[in-house]
Amino acid sequence: MRRRHAINRAVEVSCWTAALLAVAVLAIVLVSIALKGAGEINLDFLTQNTSSFGVGGIGNALVGTGILIGLAALMAIPVGILIAIYTSEFAGRRSGFVIRYVLDILNGVPTIITGIFVFALLVVGHQQSGWAGAVGLAIVMLPLVARSCHEVLALVPGHVKEAGLALGASRWRTTLSVTVPTALSGMITGALLAVARAVGETAPLLLVTSIYPDLLVTDPSQPLPNVTVTIFRYSETPDPVKHAQAWGAAFILILFVLALSIVARSLSARMRRRLGAAR
Amino acid sequence: MTTDAATAPSSLLSGQGRGLVDRFGDRALYLITLLAAILSGVILGGITYEVFKLAGSAISKFGLGFLTTSNWDPVHEQFGAAQFIYGTAVSSFGALLIATPLSIAIALFLTELAPRRSRTPIAVLVELLAGVPSVILGLWGILVLGPFLNDTVEPALHAALGWIPLFGGTYSPVGLFPAMVILTIMTVPIVSSLTREVFATVPPSAKEGALALGGTRWDMMTTTVLPYSRPGIIAAVMLGLWRAVGEAIAVTQVIGGAPGIHANIFIPAQTMASQIAAQYQGASPLNQSALGYLAVVLLILSLVFNGVARLLVRGVQRRAKVS
Repeated sequence: MRRRHAINRAVEVSCWTAALLAVAVLAIVLVSIALKGAGEINLDFLTQNTSSFGVGGIGNALVGTGILIGLAALMAIPVGILIAIYTSEFAGRRSGFVIRYVLDILNGVPTIITGIFVFALLVVGHQQSGWAGAVGLAIVMLPLVARSCHEVLALVPGHVKEAGLALGASRWRTTLSVTVPTALSGMITGALLAVARAVGETAPLLLVTSIYPDLLVTDPSQPLPNVTVTIFRYSETPDPVKHAQAWGAAFILILFVLALSIVARSLSARMRRRLGAAR
Repeated sequence: MTTDAATAPSSLLSGQGRGLVDRFGDRALYLITLLAAILSGVILGGITYEVFKLAGSAISKFGLGFLTTSNWDPVHEQFGAAQFIYGTAVSSFGALLIATPLSIAIALFLTELAPRRSRTPIAVLVELLAGVPSVILGLWGILVLGPFLNDTVEPALHAALGWIPLFGGTYSPVGLFPAMVILTIMTVPIVSSLTREVFATVPPSAKEGALALGGTRWDMMTTTVLPYSRPGIIAAVMLGLWRAVGEAIAVTQVIGGAPGIHANIFIPAQTMASQIAAQYQGASPLNQSALGYLAVVLLILSLVFNGVARLLVRGVQRRAKVS
């Protein structure tokens, strides 16, 4: 009897320890980024171009990442929403399952292989380009957008759609002016989380937009400097100055990612409360 | 799509024109969304096709022997993948060996032990860990974790378990062991959040039954929660393996990128994914094709892990709905 309670006690303590350990690792990672990165941030660091020899900054990389993410979002978000409308409004049981399974599998393709695909498609015979990088990021984002938008569209109660149809609106008008707006904040959540994931993505960019000059480039038909490849490069050098810059860039990147996930989470909490009330 | 009954009222309200517009609109929305859905399949097919096409010349030149030989010599155009398969296997299984018990413990804590109000915040924090970009985790791994492991953990492990060849007496801040730890950090959020969802589907009546019979919470976990959740836990572990096998960037940063198969996990090695990331640019055509062959193996592994895990999860969800 006593032995059983001792075992129980030991297990409970180890469960507590495991949870604390996970939270502690997150804290350690975030604290070391903040300690080593925050001191690097100043106007020069944010505005000057990357530099192979001097100190320099990450201005051109920030601009390039902005362009890459913007283009990728413009490609992936509309297509992802259309797929979600198909799977939630039109597809039958079986075809809906097949498409969602395909999306899950697509989401499961290692991003380095996505990079190889885009390389074979757009870089072979041409050169590296921002467009290729944006397509790579869009392929990473697409299944995330489509799956999360499907989840929220499926949450819209049937009677809300029926109300639209009963007013004499056709199916497409009901979908576009009743169903989609009802689910909108949830869909924005999905899109933001996909952006948060894509902005930290390195593997596809490493193959298709990584050989760039230390200059400001805004033309996506040229390879675009970007933040993640810069961090990757700098982390591989033995130079402490570059390490410090990598921490600075990592600090900015993680602030952006955390801010996006926090905004996304609060939006989705609001959406769930509202739909809960509508039911 | 459009039935006469559905269009009739709208044509009554605003004349003949709207009926046409609506019929066209319904058809157009259906077709556009269908095309988008087909596009996702086309992309998946295109990825598979291009990777196999790239690997073609290496597959025909080296055959299956590619998987069992381990000389990777771009100069003499001889390629074998065994050392990278070994690196991938050891780093991924090692990571899951640490991550699985840790994740189950976290999930048990969050479903059975934690004070109710602290559950959501802790779960959110663990999931935020999954959102840390891999290149940042790799940066932390190479500059903070690696030196710490090299100075403290590796000598301690060698002192305690040095009679096992895995924990050899040569230390390095980069190598299989740091890769394992980084992959553990990446997989714990995935495995624990799925395990937690599965634990939440265990019927409360079963748990209460075990407690009512005088069992401790541990008895309750081993007699109801864990057996009931077995398929879900297997799915979670497979998803973790999927994540670990496919990670290229963070592993490239911390593994050291050295050839060869060594029992000692403290010294540098290379995985399939990190070899692709490290070598793809500027490789000769046959070298690229050999990397494509690695990508084929990687793609098959991750499709199997991911595909089976998703099917298992679906089974669990269906059972949860029934009960």
